[in-house]
Amino acid sequence: MARYVVRRLLQMIPVFVGATLLIFLMVNVLGDPVAGLCGDKTCDPATAARLRSEFGLDQPVLRQYLTYMGHVLTGDFGTAFNGEKVIELMGSAFPVTLRLTLVAIVLEVVLGLGLGVLTGLRRGRLLDSAVLLFTLVVIAVPTFVTGLLLQLLLGVEWNWISPSVSPDASFGELLVPGLVLASVSLAYVTRLTRTSLAENRRSDYVRTAIAKGLPRHRVITRHLLRNSLIPVVTFIGTDIGALMGGAIVTERIFNIHGVGYQLYQGILRQNTQTVVGFVTVLVLVFLVANLLVDLLYAVLDPRIRYA
Amino acid sequence: MRAVTHATWPALAAALTLALTACAGGGSDSSAEGGDAVLSAVWGDPQNPLEPANTNEVQGGKVLGMIFRGLKRYDPMTGKAQNAVAEDITTTDSQNFTVRIKKGWKFSNGEPVTAHSFVDAWNYGASAKNNQKNAYFFGYIDGYDKVHPDSGKQTADTLSGLKIVDDHTFTVRLSQKFSTFPDTLGYVAFAPLPKAFFDDHDAWLNKPVGNGPYSIESYKRGSEMRLRTWDAYPGRDKAHNGGVDLKVYTDNNTAYTDLLAGNLDVVDDVPAQQLKNVGTDLAGRYLNTPAGLIQTLSFPFYDKDWNTAGAAKIRKGLSMAINRDQITKTIFQNTRTPATDWTSPVLGEEGGYKKGLCGDACTYDPAGARKLIEEGGGIPGGQIKITYNADTGSHREWVDAVCNSINNALGNDKACAGNPVGTFADFRNLVGQNKLTGPFRTGWQMDYPLVQNFLQPLYYTGAPSNDGKWSNRDFDQLVDRANAETDPKKAVQLFQQAEGVLRDDMGTVPLWYQNGSAGWSERLSHVTLDAFSVPVYDEIKVG
Repeated sequence: MARYVVRRLLQMIPVFVGATLLIFLMVNVLGDPVAGLCGDKTCDPATAARLRSEFGLDQPVLRQYLTYMGHVLTGDFGTAFNGEKVIELMGSAFPVTLRLTLVAIVLEVVLGLGLGVLTGLRRGRLLDSAVLLFTLVVIAVPTFVTGLLLQLLLGVEWNWISPSVSPDASFGELLVPGLVLASVSLAYVTRLTRTSLAENRRSDYVRTAIAKGLPRHRVITRHLLRNSLIPVVTFIGTDIGALMGGAIVTERIFNIHGVGYQLYQGILRQNTQTVVGFVTVLVLVFLVANLLVDLLYAVLDPRIRYA
Repeated sequence: MRAVTHATWPALAAALTLALTACAGGGSDSSAEGGDAVLSAVWGDPQNPLEPANTNEVQGGKVLGMIFRGLKRYDPMTGKAQNAVAEDITTTDSQNFTVRIKKGWKFSNGEPVTAHSFVDAWNYGASAKNNQKNAYFFGYIDGYDKVHPDSGKQTADTLSGLKIVDDHTFTVRLSQKFSTFPDTLGYVAFAPLPKAFFDDHDAWLNKPVGNGPYSIESYKRGSEMRLRTWDAYPGRDKAHNGGVDLKVYTDNNTAYTDLLAGNLDVVDDVPAQQLKNVGTDLAGRYLNTPAGLIQTLSFPFYDKDWNTAGAAKIRKGLSMAINRDQITKTIFQNTRTPATDWTSPVLGEEGGYKKGLCGDACTYDPAGARKLIEEGGGIPGGQIKITYNADTGSHREWVDAVCNSINNALGNDKACAGNPVGTFADFRNLVGQNKLTGPFRTGWQMDYPLVQNFLQPLYYTGAPSNDGKWSNRDFDQLVDRANAETDPKKAVQLFQQAEGVLRDDMGTVPLWYQNGSAGWSERLSHVTLDAFSVPVYDEIKVG
């Protein structure tokens, strides 16, 4: 087990270097960001040259990347164009997005699994059809439509919530944005659980368990659910990274100042330091989440052993 | 002389405005300062550190306009430059100016505002080593080429044209005659700075301190700034409310939704999609007024195809092929006004705005357009591509409409097409490096309400924002003469003559003047926009 973890951690290094290099190059391809700093005017050449050298933009790209990575390894993520340390931006953005992701994941697990189990056990009934139809609609409608609709209905028409989230971004405020963010994944989790359950219900081990005379809830929780959850756990695990990075739309609609907001602004302003810094952390989150999912397999399925 | 006679009128006007607004407030208005209630307003994350000489966009400008008062201030109603901290600014030769500062002004941390506050601030702003993006505003002051050379090392730290006489007087020597120089001093780059700025720069940036009607209570970068009325403010334009909370919004649609839900008090940029509903949504709590912003189409004069005698006819023909009325009506819902000159209506007739100066060339005339373009030898390369940045400002919509209009007028589906560029920075790169081969979008937001600001920085040979590299000796000479002219009336006439030269060669195609818009909640009154389309926060009343 420990050896497996170490091997996986070592494998992360090339993935990490490759991902950051790609992002670095992509942001660089967009061109010189200094020109965008002077509005609809041309920067005066002396100031532009000084800014370029201050941000290291006059160096060759590869040198820029190496310097940047050198700084990152010592914990210095550089400075954004408005003079803020990127590490400070992260300090304010990641907790907010983490809370949002947490709300989304909890909703995904509770609602998605709940509905999935309910419908999986009652296949073909009215509830099953209704939930199926509902998930179909949720998957078909883009997130920004769901988001804007809920915002307008709950925020303006009925006045239940505030349409935007305050800078503090407490859990209560993030409930609706979290639901919007989770909606599509939630629908997938429901369908995935339902199908998986329905398949395994007819499998031999379940029949054996029933034949042994085990009580129904024990059959379901110990045998059926545990085996049916493996694909669902994979899905949710990979979804953590996707939710954190993919919150750009939701964060924009509800004016949440999280990772998506910083990334959006960073890309608009071609701020290499901000974009690469945030993406680097996201890459790490993604890698760690994937590792955790793989380890979780072993817990769920005794047949899987890591050596 | 001129400065003295000039100063009395605005002062009177200011007194009158104050009296009028006080009357309009009605009987409930117990004190001049109004209530203590705080309002909330929309904000965007400033692009640059919040230093006066480093802030060149409207979001940072909003804050600096609230916490600073310079020598002059542009009247929110008329846009005229009036003395604020300045007692008077005098000159005899339009090149050497003596500035006297009113006594009794203070920064909100208690430091007095003296001649040093200005001279130190200007030296800081001009010095190349401080990387200030507005440094070129000090370019008229003598010695600028020493502290801010285009290339090479700077050889001086301070501007030789600035001399302190005593605590409340300093002199400015310019490197050329510039009669309207005092009127440029309302721009934020010329604001005074307290010693605290130089002593502990980082601390100051975290919580800027100025001498304006508001002081900053707290600043959470990237999300919110709380400004409170500074009770000891010595100026006459004291705030009429208790303070302003500026909230950062990523999307102006969210801000608008928040306004509808009663979560926000002032929105100063109503999103284009909402313009149709704004009448019913806000029931009259909406304002749409001209701002000092003009949109134009520029041409690459460094490309030989566009720098021929025939090309002038083609440019004029293209201008006549654009149906400005229809585009401003259908696409912009009348938040733009078809342009008929190269300045802005906010200048007023007296200030140099001349309606109809463009004449036929800006009037939609498909037949005339076709004829002119044929005479000019046809569109270079058979097709023009209008380059624009697609990331902000709904440029795609109007570029497509302009191209449609041109294609219809010329009876050729392929005469014009849009050429989107992904980001604004990339677009500015192409422009700055002279890499364009066809027309491109240019917009100009004035720095100060003077006709000079609409012409010289944009069309003078080698000027910093002359993106198309248009150059004309007659134009340059007229601008030089206008700058040296001490009689403002004659100066304006000379600038308009220069504008005529620009028109005859169609140096750029004027499209439309942009309006500023604002919407506000039920609990506010007296919401107005100044000539820069920024809400006049200090005059807003709550309740």
